[in-house]
Amino acid sequence: MADIVLDKVSKRFPDGTTAVRDVDLEIADGEFVILVGPSGCGKSTTLNMIAGLEDISSGELRIAGERVNDKAPRDRDIAMVFQSYALYPNMTVRENMAFPLRLAKLDKETIHQKVEEAAKVLELTPLLDRKPANLSGGQRQRVAMGRAIVRQPKAFLMDEPLSNLDAKLRVQMRTVVSRLQKQLGTTTVYVTHDQTEAMTLGDRVVIMRGGAVQQVGPPQELYDHPRNLFVAGFIGSPSMNFLHAAVEDGHLRTALGDVPIGDRVRRQLDGADAPRELILGIRPEHFEDAALIDDETRRRGLEFDAPVDIVESMGSDKYVYFTVEGERASAAELEELAADAGAADFTGTGSSLVTRLSAESPVREGEPRRVWFNLEKIHLFDPSTGRNLTLHEGRASGALAD
Amino acid sequence: MAVETTTRAKVRWGLLDVIVVVFALVPVLWIASLSFKTPATLTDGKFWPREWTLDNYRTIFDTDQFVRALVNSIGIALIATLIAVVLGAMAAYAISRLDFPGKKLLVGVSLLIAMFPQVSLVSPLFEIERQLGLFDTWPGLILPYITFALPLAIYTLSAFFKQIPWDLEKAAKMDGATQGQAFRRVIAPLAAPGLFTTAILVFIFCWNDFLFAISLTSTERSRTVPAALSFFTGASQFEDPTGAICAAAVVITVPIILFVLFFQRRIVSGLTSGAVKG
Repeated sequence: MADIVLDKVSKRFPDGTTAVRDVDLEIADGEFVILVGPSGCGKSTTLNMIAGLEDISSGELRIAGERVNDKAPRDRDIAMVFQSYALYPNMTVRENMAFPLRLAKLDKETIHQKVEEAAKVLELTPLLDRKPANLSGGQRQRVAMGRAIVRQPKAFLMDEPLSNLDAKLRVQMRTVVSRLQKQLGTTTVYVTHDQTEAMTLGDRVVIMRGGAVQQVGPPQELYDHPRNLFVAGFIGSPSMNFLHAAVEDGHLRTALGDVPIGDRVRRQLDGADAPRELILGIRPEHFEDAALIDDETRRRGLEFDAPVDIVESMGSDKYVYFTVEGERASAAELEELAADAGAADFTGTGSSLVTRLSAESPVREGEPRRVWFNLEKIHLFDPSTGRNLTLHEGRASGALAD
Repeated sequence: MAVETTTRAKVRWGLLDVIVVVFALVPVLWIASLSFKTPATLTDGKFWPREWTLDNYRTIFDTDQFVRALVNSIGIALIATLIAVVLGAMAAYAISRLDFPGKKLLVGVSLLIAMFPQVSLVSPLFEIERQLGLFDTWPGLILPYITFALPLAIYTLSAFFKQIPWDLEKAAKMDGATQGQAFRRVIAPLAAPGLFTTAILVFIFCWNDFLFAISLTSTERSRTVPAALSFFTGASQFEDPTGAICAAAVVITVPIILFVLFFQRRIVSGLTSGAVKG
């Protein structure tokens, strides 16, 4: 058990590319931290540097207060679970799990006892004498976890451990991982590209992009108070809607109508170099069918009419897709997010809008519908820097705040 | 394969296979047949011997010449194989895992050695070995064998090492293994089929070599079987040694066949399945 501190850690490859840039991160003892980001954001490289599988180009890595930059992986006393599981195919499950203990030169009796214990926790006992080739994906995954927990290391590192499992098993294993971590209380760093995993598993989530940390915080905080456009677009499913917004004397002209702005945002738009165009961000659940809300709520938002494209009924609520006219929001971050989602080549006229309406809404495909949205939940981003202008002391306060 | 094989196609392929096998086996069987014939019926042109005899075999094992050559052959081939495979494994491991400066050059040079006509090196080697006192000794043959077997070993082994997922090695390191332990306890057992395959290829190369064996030896001290065969005279000076030569040829072919048949099971791939997904 130990804390892990990354102090301005960077990774430069011999060909000149910088994979990780000045990452500062303090992981407390027993904490479950998730590194998340699109592919190529440097999350796996960061994990490998903590593991000792990659050299650290500059900066300092401390585990339990001790500088470990130049220590070999085996001297760092941390265990790792690989995406590919990396089980030794020539050994049985028992031998796989005993391998780290045998290398640590423990006596046979202790090894046997520890392996049995770990197998019991992960319900692997009946499989102990099988070879990895005769196990299912989920079982292999559990063996990989077993090999990590069996020697009670200072920390666990997990490199996308669930991404090779099918969707149902992944959800199941997610709770296994979560319960195991709570039970053992071991510091854990977990890498994933799946924002759902990041949101559900971690005590804190670190969002990375292009080798740099974008924001660190508990999942809910990242969701409610994204520091920039990238974080806002990456966290959340379906993701936040982004619309082009032109600044015009005292309000914003958007595809959803003219949006008034409060003093706080206005002050930021007063400067000479202030942006004349913004990106308006709003999450699907902050829309509602205008017919279903009371007057009290109605005053806090705006309404617009738009034709309904598609309705997806989820039972508990409805995802309703609209197309609104007007310029598309464009920014480097948004393009990157679209490319990561594989939707970069998806172009239509106008902007597509995803909303989550109450299940009671009688909305029908092809018909126009009046929709209300909450102005207090709007985020405004500067397209050139990606900064969230509605964020005040780390708290997002909507467009109207004074 | 999804394509269904029709009976006609099966027959056609079967015939083709039979032709290839017969074409390859007839000379071998002919030699085997000759080795069982008596001197009188040796030239009768019949495939099936009319009179069976084991005299030829008795003759070759009676002469010290052949037995001594057999010992030389086995010893030299085994030692050369062992050294070539160990060195080749280390080199191939480095080539498949590391990205060091000059890697391409190293691979290129080793390929160059493999392509170099060996016969052009015989005279210089002869001179060098005479100067160094290696001529007509075991090391005098083992060294050139290693040199020419290494490119082969490096190539086949690096192909095998590349198939082993790198994650396994990383996992071993995380589990507390040193580089050496990771190689010995995780990588080497998985590369075993590759090591055996390479060993067989190298052994056959050393075992069958005639050029170096005839040029770099002069006495029974280090003459291997292929070279010794050419000095065969038979039991007496006036006897035609064809039968004896054939018997000797059979004797040195059999170990190779047994060797391959024995290790063939170990060359079955799929030993690595289950290590990683997919």
